[in-house]
Amino acid sequence: METTHVVEFRGISKYFGDNAANDNVDLYLDKGVIMSLLGENGSGKTTLMNMLAGIYFPDKGEILINGKPVTIRSPKDAFEHHIGMIHQHFMLVDVFTAAENIVLGLDEAGRLDRRQIADKVRAISEKYGFEIDPNKKVYDMSVSEKQTVEIIKVLYRGADILILDEPTAVLTPQETEKLFRIMRTMKEDGKSIIIITHKLNEVMSISDVVAVLRKGKHIATVRTGETNEAQLTEMMVGRKVELDIDRLDPRDPKPRLTIAGLTCRDNEGVEKLSDVGFIAYGGEILGIAGIAGSGQKELLEAIAGLRRIEKGSIIYTPEGKAPTELVGKSPMEIKDAGVALAFVPEDRLGMGLVGGMGMTGNMMLRSWSKSHKWFIDKKEPRRLAQEVYKFLEVATPDIDYPVRKLSGGNVQKVLVGREIASEPSVLMSAYAVRGLDINTSYIIYNLMAGQKAKGVAVIFVGEDLDVLLQLCDKILVLCGGRVSGIVDARTATKEEIGLLMTSIGGSSTESRAGSESNPDGKEGLKNE
Amino acid sequence: MNGFSLIGLIRAAILNGTPLLYGTSGEILTQKSGNMNLGVEGLMFMGGAFGLCGAFVYGNAAGDNAVGWIAVLIAFLCAFLAGVAGAFIYSVLTVTLRANQNVTGLALTIFGTGVGQFVGELMRLRVGGNVSISNTLKTAFSGSIFPEAMQKIPVLGDLLFNYNIFVYAGIVIVVLMSWFMHHTRKGLYLRAVGESPATADAAGISVTRYRYAATCLGGGISALGGMVHTMTIAGCVWNHNALAGEGWVAVALVIFCLWKPLNALWGSMLFGGLLILYLRLPIPFIPTQIYKIVPYIATTIVLILVSMRQRKEDQPPAGLGLNYFREDR
Repeated sequence: METTHVVEFRGISKYFGDNAANDNVDLYLDKGVIMSLLGENGSGKTTLMNMLAGIYFPDKGEILINGKPVTIRSPKDAFEHHIGMIHQHFMLVDVFTAAENIVLGLDEAGRLDRRQIADKVRAISEKYGFEIDPNKKVYDMSVSEKQTVEIIKVLYRGADILILDEPTAVLTPQETEKLFRIMRTMKEDGKSIIIITHKLNEVMSISDVVAVLRKGKHIATVRTGETNEAQLTEMMVGRKVELDIDRLDPRDPKPRLTIAGLTCRDNEGVEKLSDVGFIAYGGEILGIAGIAGSGQKELLEAIAGLRRIEKGSIIYTPEGKAPTELVGKSPMEIKDAGVALAFVPEDRLGMGLVGGMGMTGNMMLRSWSKSHKWFIDKKEPRRLAQEVYKFLEVATPDIDYPVRKLSGGNVQKVLVGREIASEPSVLMSAYAVRGLDINTSYIIYNLMAGQKAKGVAVIFVGEDLDVLLQLCDKILVLCGGRVSGIVDARTATKEEIGLLMTSIGGSSTESRAGSESNPDGKEGLKNE
Repeated sequence: MNGFSLIGLIRAAILNGTPLLYGTSGEILTQKSGNMNLGVEGLMFMGGAFGLCGAFVYGNAAGDNAVGWIAVLIAFLCAFLAGVAGAFIYSVLTVTLRANQNVTGLALTIFGTGVGQFVGELMRLRVGGNVSISNTLKTAFSGSIFPEAMQKIPVLGDLLFNYNIFVYAGIVIVVLMSWFMHHTRKGLYLRAVGESPATADAAGISVTRYRYAATCLGGGISALGGMVHTMTIAGCVWNHNALAGEGWVAVALVIFCLWKPLNALWGSMLFGGLLILYLRLPIPFIPTQIYKIVPYIATTIVLILVSMRQRKEDQPPAGLGLNYFREDR
């Protein structure tokens, strides 16, 4: 062998039950290279990386580090080979400080000298340009700060090979740019980086090489400079796919929901929404953007009647009927009036579906109250389940197969499909594509667009700004529970929305500059 | 107020609180690792029975030559090992075999109570009457470890120096435990295991090892509480009902103390006082049953107050009650 690779996988396979998560993968990474790992959901990216990080153990094959075969049985072994992984779900202890999290699991002997640790953390931060307070508790941190702690954690252990699992999924565009700057600094420092991401534009901008996985198999590794997004998608999906959303101009938009002065508190009395007002039109998609926890969930819950409203009004005007006030109505009444909510929580199943029941049972959750018989009537829900199953191509062995056992994408199809099937006149969906791969995501996007064409008022809470800009007609940006601005999705830019997300009105607007300082003390807003 | 003395009440509270101090601090250690061991009641029964059994067997074997401190040590070890054994069963079931923690804990309560009763009744049958040990040995268990002159100091002597060895040992254990949790790396790692096992695991900490160690050690300490109760409050006599409920109060006290060992110092004293208040400060027309539920009411109130304040530090360990399996998905 002429060159030694920093990491090399040889014939790696990993099975979960009868399912091959990874099937005979050969892959290598060189020093000082940023590699993107690309693939649909369930293509085995995270599984492969978890084997490098010692979370899983390969069933077949071997891993070579710097040309030598190694056995990585635990995360500890991985650290010894200078491998560090930043997981998609942060691996941090909430009640500990940044410094305490960083030293977790280290073999340094003796007492816990918090001052010494803090000094070392500061030294690393200065070297790579992080901003972090070692004594800040994790529960007080923003998402981007938590990620910083994760990265420092692996650097503190002297990692030379860094794995980042979907690091940008939760960041604003500005924060992403900052992360990429740090990654480039690390690369110059001789570190090798593997980044898992779904976003093709990020792949193109950050990586040197791209490795594509499909159904657990390694398809190809290409230089970023010699490929393009269409080619990568084709490799990922295995066939040509259209990544376009049909955005028609809204036809004859009429106000469907008129919301004014909406104010809500959470159970602890903290104000989650304050004075929110907007109009959702039928035949339009209204996107809602904002940093995680800016009140998106609360807003939808308030409209659906799941949250107590302190002040404000929600006027609902169904097609050809008189306007009614929704505040004070029960969730059942609101649902029956035609306002549907499809909320996909972080754990996907938590709200909306019962994991242990099949598709039929879950369809029934929507309709049980309509039947006035003594015994439950399964005929109608079964027909509906069949319809969703066929129309959305849900991959399930049987419509009575527990939804808990379906893959994430299919669970989401069931959830969204059920809400659409109720033929609502307002469809609210939150994070409908959370964790879904490109192909499935686009099916969902086009479902939303289809509803819009039917004249439904669609409210779409999303995380990916690129998609919001492509899909929606208008985008409402929430910041700390307030409406930071409403922009036209056809003309707005990502940067504009990013600014609105972090400060009310967006600090770039000259007239508003300085009127509201940014509430989270977030950095990284300087335009370069 | 005839017959009521404040010093007497405080002394009684401390003496009755000491078994709880052990039971609670052991369970705090266990729960800090994320294991919700509801078997404290069973562990305390085992501790009580085996502790007494150890001292009794030694007392019989040594006859008149029996040395007090050796008997104490033997009782201590027997109870501790019984607790470790019980907690070990719990650990195997929950950590290795990943059985449901609540069910396993309740099973351990039933098992431990049964074993304790069995050993205690067996001893009684063998002796054919009350199991008891000689008065010299009894003094070793319940007498003060300080010189008589110190005990005679007015007020202070009674308040500070006139307790049995277990009171002081318990305080030392709790202070050490608190220091361990907050000022050593191992303590930090243990808390990490209880808060977020996945995080600890990804950081290279062996969740299995920490959970086993904390649960077994904690179980041993909890069991000491049963022994202390039997050998001091119950007067070294096996009474098959004497320990009933102690373990459950200890579990409630863990919540009351917000999982902080140092809080157990005053918490156990308070609960010890509440447990015997009906004897010391009887109010006519109020049935003793009302007194007996006061500790639980106090726990409920604390729970309500804490959940209203929502301070992250006061919450139970986030991983409490959840078994961890690395390749779970």
